[in-house]
Amino acid sequence: MNYYDIMFYIFAAITLVSAWFVVTTRNVIYSAFFLLFTFFGVAGIYVLLAADFIAVVQIMVYVGGILILLLFGVMLTNTITNVDIRTGASNLLPASIATGILMGAVVSVMWYTEWKIQPTAAPNTTIKELGRLLLTDYVLVFELLGLLLLVALIGAASIARREKE
Amino acid sequence: MLQVGLTHFLTLSAILFSLGVYGVVTRKNAVMVLMGIELILNSANINFIAFARFGNFGYSGQIAALFVIILAAAEAAIALAIVLNIYKTFANVNVDEIDHLKD
Repeated sequence: MNYYDIMFYIFAAITLVSAWFVVTTRNVIYSAFFLLFTFFGVAGIYVLLAADFIAVVQIMVYVGGILILLLFGVMLTNTITNVDIRTGASNLLPASIATGILMGAVVSVMWYTEWKIQPTAAPNTTIKELGRLLLTDYVLVFELLGLLLLVALIGAASIARREKE
Repeated sequence: MLQVGLTHFLTLSAILFSLGVYGVVTRKNAVMVLMGIELILNSANINFIAFARFGNFGYSGQIAALFVIILAAAEAAIALAIVLNIYKTFANVNVDEIDHLKD
């Protein structure tokens, strides 16, 4: 066990334990805050996989954007004076069995497949290469995603807008 | 076994995926269902980046992960706008009670 392995197990434990609390806690606000730790754990995993830029994007977009949006969603769809923001759960037993089977199947596939791996040396930084790819091989997708974000912005604003009576 | 390799990352993402599916199918609150979807997207991203690291295909996997993050942001914005509209119409956001499209 070197430091890399220890860091992997720490980040994996943070991710999985907080993800477990995200899906089992009854309080929606607690779930949102456990989701914060999950996102940080996943960002740590990205760093261990030598994806530095993606890790920073993960923290900026997920923690800075999506999590705040989710918290706004919680705040706006529950009465604020109601401190006890709880949510029910349904189909607990069949869902546990089905997802348990699913997890066993997927994990065993991942574990027993002979993956063709060719590990290369960890790069110093990925930003330069990612930028080059975004403006050469993936430039069309990049432009389309810009357009998609614009459409999503306009769409979200027009859906959530209060109708004139 | 203890030496961390591709398999460990893939197993982590498989467990995270199952937890996300569990959240999606059991939670009643629509916002919690969205959180489950975010977990699923994160697990897919771990797979993309793990294969980009261990598979020697260059950085295409990381680009795909970047695109997934962008789509997740757009999806969260649209889904929350829809959830707000549902709340305005039905006064709650429990996905098992909302079973018709208009009043």
